[in-house]
Amino acid sequence: MSKNPCYHCGTDCKSNPIEFDDKAFCCNGCKTVYEILNQNELSCYYDLESSPGSIPKEIQGKYDYLDNPDISNKITTFDDGSTTVVNLFIPSIHCSSCIWVLENLEKLNQGIKTTQVNFPKKELRITFKNEEISLRQVVELISSIGYEPYISLENSENASKVADKTIIYQIAIAGFAFGNIMMLSFPEYFEVDEFWLNRFKPFFRFLMFSFSVPVLVYAARDYFISAYLGLKKGLLNIDVPLSLGILVLFLRSSYEIFSNTGQGYFDSLAGLVFFLLLGKFFQKKTYSFLSFERDYKSYFPIAITRINKDQSHVTIVVNDIQKGDRILIRNEEIIPVDGILIKGNALIDYSFVTGESLPVIKRSGDKLYAGGKQTQGAIEMEALETVTQSYLTQLWSNDIFQKSNTRNIKTITDKISKHFTIIILLIAFLSGTYWYFHDLSTAFQVVSAVLIIACPCALAMSAPFALGNTLRIFGRHKFYLKNAGVIETMSKIDTLVFDKTGTITSNQHAEIVFEGEALDERETTCLKSLLRSSNHPLSRMLFDFLPGQTGEELPASFNEITGKGLEGKFNGLEFRIGSPGFLGIEVSENLSTYIFVKINGKVKGKFIFKNSYRENLKATFDSLYDYEKQILSGDNEGEKVYLSSLLPANSAIHFNQKPENKLFYIKKIQEAGKKVMMLGDGLNDAGALAQSDVGIAVSENINVFSPACDGILDASKFAQLPGFLKMSKKTMNIIVLSFIISLLYNTVGLYFAVTAQLSPVIAAILMPLSSISIVTFVTLSTNLVSKKILS
Amino acid sequence: MDIIFMLIVTSLIIAVIFFILFVKSVKSGQYDDVYTPSVRMLFDDELITEKQKKESNSNK
Repeated sequence: MSKNPCYHCGTDCKSNPIEFDDKAFCCNGCKTVYEILNQNELSCYYDLESSPGSIPKEIQGKYDYLDNPDISNKITTFDDGSTTVVNLFIPSIHCSSCIWVLENLEKLNQGIKTTQVNFPKKELRITFKNEEISLRQVVELISSIGYEPYISLENSENASKVADKTIIYQIAIAGFAFGNIMMLSFPEYFEVDEFWLNRFKPFFRFLMFSFSVPVLVYAARDYFISAYLGLKKGLLNIDVPLSLGILVLFLRSSYEIFSNTGQGYFDSLAGLVFFLLLGKFFQKKTYSFLSFERDYKSYFPIAITRINKDQSHVTIVVNDIQKGDRILIRNEEIIPVDGILIKGNALIDYSFVTGESLPVIKRSGDKLYAGGKQTQGAIEMEALETVTQSYLTQLWSNDIFQKSNTRNIKTITDKISKHFTIIILLIAFLSGTYWYFHDLSTAFQVVSAVLIIACPCALAMSAPFALGNTLRIFGRHKFYLKNAGVIETMSKIDTLVFDKTGTITSNQHAEIVFEGEALDERETTCLKSLLRSSNHPLSRMLFDFLPGQTGEELPASFNEITGKGLEGKFNGLEFRIGSPGFLGIEVSENLSTYIFVKINGKVKGKFIFKNSYRENLKATFDSLYDYEKQILSGDNEGEKVYLSSLLPANSAIHFNQKPENKLFYIKKIQEAGKKVMMLGDGLNDAGALAQSDVGIAVSENINVFSPACDGILDASKFAQLPGFLKMSKKTMNIIVLSFIISLLYNTVGLYFAVTAQLSPVIAAILMPLSSISIVTFVTLSTNLVSKKILS
Repeated sequence: MDIIFMLIVTSLIIAVIFFILFVKSVKSGQYDDVYTPSVRMLFDDELITEKQKKESNSNK
């Protein structure tokens, strides 16, 4: 079968493309989008990138709730009665064609005034006239061309998130002052007692002083605050010697210029603050298109349709759902509460909850759990709980989610700085005492010089730059961490806990095995052409799995019984395929998903659907030999034997784990002194991810959804996990090495300080030199090591 | 040589003006998205040619 890509989305059209305008489309949705764009002179969408689109989803009635003013007011950012502005998060934005078509939306509807895309954030800002088009129509319009926005409870609760730009202003001030002070202080470094210089000296010095004041009070503010908070808690963190150094620099320099005894160290002061802030900024790499703080709220819908006693439909906010309410779930909608299925055939996809790729069939009277997505037609259900009380969502009432994320982890820098500070104060005191007895006037100079030169600038910068750079390297390898601190915690991990479904298995492909009497060639092709007419996900998967062509023989009769199976007649062959209940077969164990096949009244066998394990899983586990590995699965014990063969003997493997069980299990092994890294994917792992020292969400599509975690790993890079762990350890080694180098610089500086030879020019050279060489060393070495490990 | 007082003061005033402009531009969100404008600026031309093509087609 030759590859036949869809003109719109690029998916392989297989053997039955829809031909339109001499172009092949994989489905009607793609064809419709092409038609819409073509009619509105927007077809150059396809000239910018080849097959840029995404398949539009069924949205009938899904956004009716946006007509409810209470709900729409929560989403819009501005509304003056005639013009409305709304920001929408659209995960499917991925290429320049997307930007182009979304910014030309006004061609599709006159009511839309302007649209602007923020590509890195995958956000679309739409300004529209609400007399001509409603918010619901806007959302339906962009959904109809394949750009379905992601509207969730979370958006409505904190609509305005203002980014903190303080650090940019601080860097700007420090950099500005640094450059100007340097220019003004240079003449005095190289010319002494020159006529003109002596004339300008007071003026220059005054300017330098004025520049350094904003640096001290604004740019360096956070260091003083942090040092103060540290001291209050009895901690000698790195900010203590830093702020001591900055303060002494300023006081001594001011004293020098006002007493006219010297020119001061203002350039060193501004330079020091500037470099420190740069390090802080570099460490703060954020991935604006990802969110590490999501809970179920960002996944659940905002509103749902309630069916009243008189059969009328009302849109209500999901938080208002009461026990006993009857609610309508449409195709592709998410079930927000636990309930009982009343009417309709449910085919629930729990992949976001458990990672399980195969949808589950439910019949009326069955219990439905919140978090599943209905994938076939509309259903009616009765709520048994409120949203926050459901099986899945009550996980979030656990204490672990209430705690703020700032767990007090002692970083390597803080550990060193504790000893460092004590030693520095000791040296200052000893040299001060020595000079006190020899030459009283130099004693003050020496003590302040020691505190200045010992200011651990390079020390404070090595960790931010090393971690920040590793963070970026990981990002390039599709491993996105919440912040740089995670790398340090990662290096101390000794136990890895894996979720099974969706984490070490892939939820993209299912492995299909046939058990029973083999089908001959004709039977296979007939079966395939029968499956072609069905839209059930299992039928689609089986259709793709079966070899051969279709189309030679069409079924004489065809009947699909939703939720049960298919019937079809060919010349001389009568097929019945589907669930065992449908075919009247008794099954003893029920551990996996299968489709039975009956031909001419005789059971031929069954197709078993299995989750396929990730490629090279065994090799990946083997290269993690110095970690303890455990598996926590929410599933039954169906694959225990295989899993045990993957892990070393006596490794813990636990089945039938509920979300709370996972959380408590992690807590238990942490109490036993283990440093745990949890790898999970679904909402049911959210508790364990939050409890573990490092929680990593493994995701097939990083744009879609992942629970709150410390890092998001693209599933295609799962095999790199040993490399990432090794890299985190190497990074810590590099930091230790750079500490040693920076301590050497400090020793050299201390020699000048203790012997009372520290002139401003030496400080001005030594300080930037040590900082720059440390930064170069850590970035170069992390890059080098990463090339070796991760290539 | 006393002109140097004035020169330095002038240069500083200019520098401060630029500094204020920078802070203002950050505040107004000009640096929030530095990628999309680079793509967007390439689009305008294509839209025009597309329209012209349509026109020339209908003229035929």
